[in-house]
Amino acid sequence: MKRLTARPEFGPFVLLVAMIAVFWAVNPAFLSWRNISNVLAFTVELGLIALAMTLLMTAGEFDLSVGSLFGFCPVLMWTLYNTGATSIEVGFAISLVAAISVGLVSGLLVTQLKIPSFLVTLGMLLVVRGTALFVTSGFPQRTWKAEDLLLGQILVGNFNIAGLRIYMSLLWFVAAAVLLSYVLTRTRIGNWIQAAGGDAHAARARGVDVDLTKVKLFILSAVMAGFAGIVSSIRTAAANPNSGTGYELEVIAMVVIGGTALRGGRGTIVGTVLGIFILRSMRNGIVLIGVPGLAYNIFVGAIILGMMALHSWLERRQQNGDSP
Amino acid sequence: MSQTLIRMENISKFYGRIRALHKVDLTIGEGEIVGLLGDNGAGKSTLIKILSGAVPASGGDIFIRGEKVAMKSTTDAIEHGIETIYQDSSLVPELSIARNLFLGREPLKRPAFLNRMDQEVMNEVARDLLKQVGITKDIPPVTPIGSLSGGERQSVAIARAMYFDSDLIILDEPTNNLGVAETQGVLRFVRNARESGHSCIFIAHNIHHVFQVVDRIVVLRHGGVVADDVDPNTTTIEQVERIITGVSD
Repeated sequence: MKRLTARPEFGPFVLLVAMIAVFWAVNPAFLSWRNISNVLAFTVELGLIALAMTLLMTAGEFDLSVGSLFGFCPVLMWTLYNTGATSIEVGFAISLVAAISVGLVSGLLVTQLKIPSFLVTLGMLLVVRGTALFVTSGFPQRTWKAEDLLLGQILVGNFNIAGLRIYMSLLWFVAAAVLLSYVLTRTRIGNWIQAAGGDAHAARARGVDVDLTKVKLFILSAVMAGFAGIVSSIRTAAANPNSGTGYELEVIAMVVIGGTALRGGRGTIVGTVLGIFILRSMRNGIVLIGVPGLAYNIFVGAIILGMMALHSWLERRQQNGDSP
Repeated sequence: MSQTLIRMENISKFYGRIRALHKVDLTIGEGEIVGLLGDNGAGKSTLIKILSGAVPASGGDIFIRGEKVAMKSTTDAIEHGIETIYQDSSLVPELSIARNLFLGREPLKRPAFLNRMDQEVMNEVARDLLKQVGITKDIPPVTPIGSLSGGERQSVAIARAMYFDSDLIILDEPTNNLGVAETQGVLRFVRNARESGHSCIFIAHNIHHVFQVVDRIVVLRHGGVVADDVDPNTTTIEQVERIITGVSD
């Protein structure tokens, strides 16, 4: 029991269960199939970014450009397709290559020029968002044929299970969560990611290529953001150059609430999944129980502060040897 | 005279316009324990960093058993059998003992493309090594390094050097911040290393510790070697201190 409560995921888990119980008690519609379907649809899209961000933050860096890539990549894909320049599949591939390029440049600037990732990715956020706005003159791209396309079916096709509408994106999310959790906890690469964030100097002294590890994670983060944006654009039939604004902070909040250390070295995909559902359930639940939606940030802020205090306390206990 | 394991010739290092090392020669024999002494800023750490691949030399050559080698990274040094134990142990606080022991050289389960670490093997080896380096407390190998004492951390770093059977073990201020018993443990390790044929470079501010274990002392001052064959059996600590400070000149 003591081992269980010492885990960073324990606090977020208790909070999520308590939140669901309260929202359900006040308004049983919170756990209706329809509401769960609606919550899941967008949650997993944002969640894909949070999963990649978990690895990047574990390596001691973070990426503020993910929200702008969420907007830019679908805009690029649909612009290429709508103008007849490429097929949708080629446009999809080109968009992801663009995301890879953005991640590569961010990673190289951080690791080779030693510029803090906060500054590099803030700059990249503005460049990418600015490009999306410039290319489209600020207008959304036409996307309404999306669901008829094979790519649309693969990415966001949906089916029903006992009244629950499941989008394919949920399966993508589950697959990504399982894969990245495996990478972080079981593999040599995961060990290097944690070492890079825990003590980059020590990791280098052991022959770990810290810079390459971080560059790969910047690329992963950018690709996941672009992929999530494309998925979202197909599902909502809208590719707006402004979409994704502010997502970077929400994603970082999800990761931190889940128990990943902001300074790096320790990360948990399970915790992040809990963090994702805490924030999205909160947004949905407070509206359903009649709290004004504008009050959402008050709750998010309080949760972040509370979880930070809890994680800090658990960490001190562990270092003092009070728990295994 | 033992055979030469490492020969560093004309090693120079500049940080911008500052000269940290100037045409330094250093030779380490097979199974030899060399004490590297010098005041702060004498160039000891820089020389060690060059030999361990942490920083590149501005000039000079390194030979291992007579063969010229390029020490471009710490990976190169490790592959050439050079293991460095820094004063901060070079351990990652968040990782477990076992994961720290194998960091950079984690054993993989088959099939290798899955990149899955063999955690069972890592834990088993860690358990044995902890006993060998004198950690008698029952510390599980999954314990994070951050929750260990300074001496225990140093012991883990030493255990790592032992396990990978390095030809040359560089100990950079390994007794800093250690208690008496823990310091004796480190010195015992150095003696054991010599008996088992390993070479060591031992750097410490405490000259008494150096005198207890080394075969030969090399003294650096202002980035150059001022004495390279000081015999601790025929020289007093006071004489070495005078060489370090330059008073004897």
